[in-house]
Amino acid sequence: MKSTESGSKLGVQQMIEQTKNKGFKNIVEKMMPKLLFLTAFISVLVTVGIVFTLIFETFEFFRRVPFFDYIFGTEWLPFSGSSPTYGVLPLIIGTLKVTGIAMIVAVPLGLAAAIYLSEYASERVRKTIKPVLEVLAGVPTIVYGFFALTFVTPLLQEIIPGLKIFNAISPGIVVGIMILPTIASLSEDAMSSVPNSMREGALALGSTKLEVALKVVLPAALSGILASVVLGISRAIGETMIVSLAGGATPKFDGQITDSIQTMTAYIVQVSTGDAGYGTTIYYSIYAVGFTLFVFTLIMNLLAGFISKKFREEY
Amino acid sequence: MVKKPVEQFEVNENKEADLQVVSKNAAKTVYETKGLNLWYGEKHALKNIDLEINQNEVTAIIGPSGCGKSTYLKTLNRMVELVPTVKTTGEILYRERNILDKKYEVEELRTRVGMVFQKPNPFPKSIYDNIAYGPRIHGIKNRKLLDEIVEKSLRGAAIWDEVKDRLHDNAYGLSGGQQQRICIARCLAIEPDVILMDEPTSALDPISTLKVEELVQELKKDYSIIIVTHNMQQAARISDKTAFFLNGEVIEYDDTNKIFSNPKDQRTEDYVSGRFG
Repeated sequence: MKSTESGSKLGVQQMIEQTKNKGFKNIVEKMMPKLLFLTAFISVLVTVGIVFTLIFETFEFFRRVPFFDYIFGTEWLPFSGSSPTYGVLPLIIGTLKVTGIAMIVAVPLGLAAAIYLSEYASERVRKTIKPVLEVLAGVPTIVYGFFALTFVTPLLQEIIPGLKIFNAISPGIVVGIMILPTIASLSEDAMSSVPNSMREGALALGSTKLEVALKVVLPAALSGILASVVLGISRAIGETMIVSLAGGATPKFDGQITDSIQTMTAYIVQVSTGDAGYGTTIYYSIYAVGFTLFVFTLIMNLLAGFISKKFREEY
Repeated sequence: MVKKPVEQFEVNENKEADLQVVSKNAAKTVYETKGLNLWYGEKHALKNIDLEINQNEVTAIIGPSGCGKSTYLKTLNRMVELVPTVKTTGEILYRERNILDKKYEVEELRTRVGMVFQKPNPFPKSIYDNIAYGPRIHGIKNRKLLDEIVEKSLRGAAIWDEVKDRLHDNAYGLSGGQQQRICIARCLAIEPDVILMDEPTSALDPISTLKVEELVQELKKDYSIIIVTHNMQQAARISDKTAFFLNGEVIEYDDTNKIFSNPKDQRTEDYVSGRFG
């Protein structure tokens, strides 16, 4: 077959030989990795650039405000004309209140939804509900924000007497609703990927469906579930619009949740949309708060990676 | 006709004296299958199966792929119901009660009838927790008792010496053959009456296979074992009785040595002599 028999009947090898445009193909083969490397390099460069800008501006902030006053300060009064104070704890507390309430809402509901979808729902139900959940994850956060302010807060005021128009509960609940699809969907993925042979093994020992779900599937999927929860926390910490609209702008270092609060993100919005001039301490403070926020979410993301490694159950 | 055995059982349950008589009479037969038909949707997978399975024996089910042997085995502990389109008629009496009756609690049945699967499927937990899983879900919490059960079960599955120093390691760190014996131990931990084995050695190497086969011989003193295998030599080596399935029907069911030396049906002879399958 390889040798030429007659002009009309070419072997496949020969046809390949004829159609191959070696020069062009070689150039593409050689250039492509370089092009791909360049695009990858640019995205890394941009990220590094952002982090460096954050660090430089934060550094400038700490030349004006002592580091320990910032980290351990319990008063955040940057707008008090004569003697502004920059203690970040009230902002952190505000963020933690909202995040905590959000997790109280999102973790049980998200897990319950995941268990239902993965272990009980028929294929048809799952195929209907999962896309709907994922659409919910795509709702713009500004929509959630005015949903919290104009719907959830008035509703809560009926139930909780003395609840202020700006408070931590309402944005907390709505942030919880916002991250619920993330937790439900990722946990469902983790549980669905537990092999059926394990469910069968448990069922064959006389387990009920609930026992299979809670004692076999849930522990086997634990790493994925925990990672989804940590990702949820990370998103709740970084959430901005909902807390800006419904949380208020009163940084306070206390435990109440029915009164106006301010989170780190909401403070950044407040200053960015205000008229703080370039070069003022207030201007630099948003970089410091932004950097603090970055450290928080970075820790969360590292934690998520650590958890999925540490709790990975091999199967 | 379907109801009768159930009523009989319930009546007997009320009178302890009668129950003892029944259990003595029932001592020989564990499973009695009468006119069992099974469909997966439109597909008629089991056709008019009649089989009696004896206590403290190893019953092998052989036949070519797709003949319904695994389906039949899974019907015996109703695992087959995990396929949503499945439909059955006829009856399977387990200790004189019809298990296909919807009133029969499937969890109760599976507590009495253990199963070992084709591929080892330990839980991604420690060896200890794997074995203790069954007793725990059935309400045994006492730590000392659990320790005893775990040791006894692992000894029963002939793997105690290999794992006694690493009980709290993940079961997935073990070899395939060890994992399969862990699965057998997990099954023994709730002291079932019957053990169903679905090609338990098909994923194992020859040495592990030999160990499992020896184990089956040992276990039949205390348990009734029904084993599906595509390995005819294995059936010949370890079973007391053999059923030959073909296209969803039982072609022949007899003592193992008769099936392999002097089968009545031509198709059985063709199969066991390796002419097809």
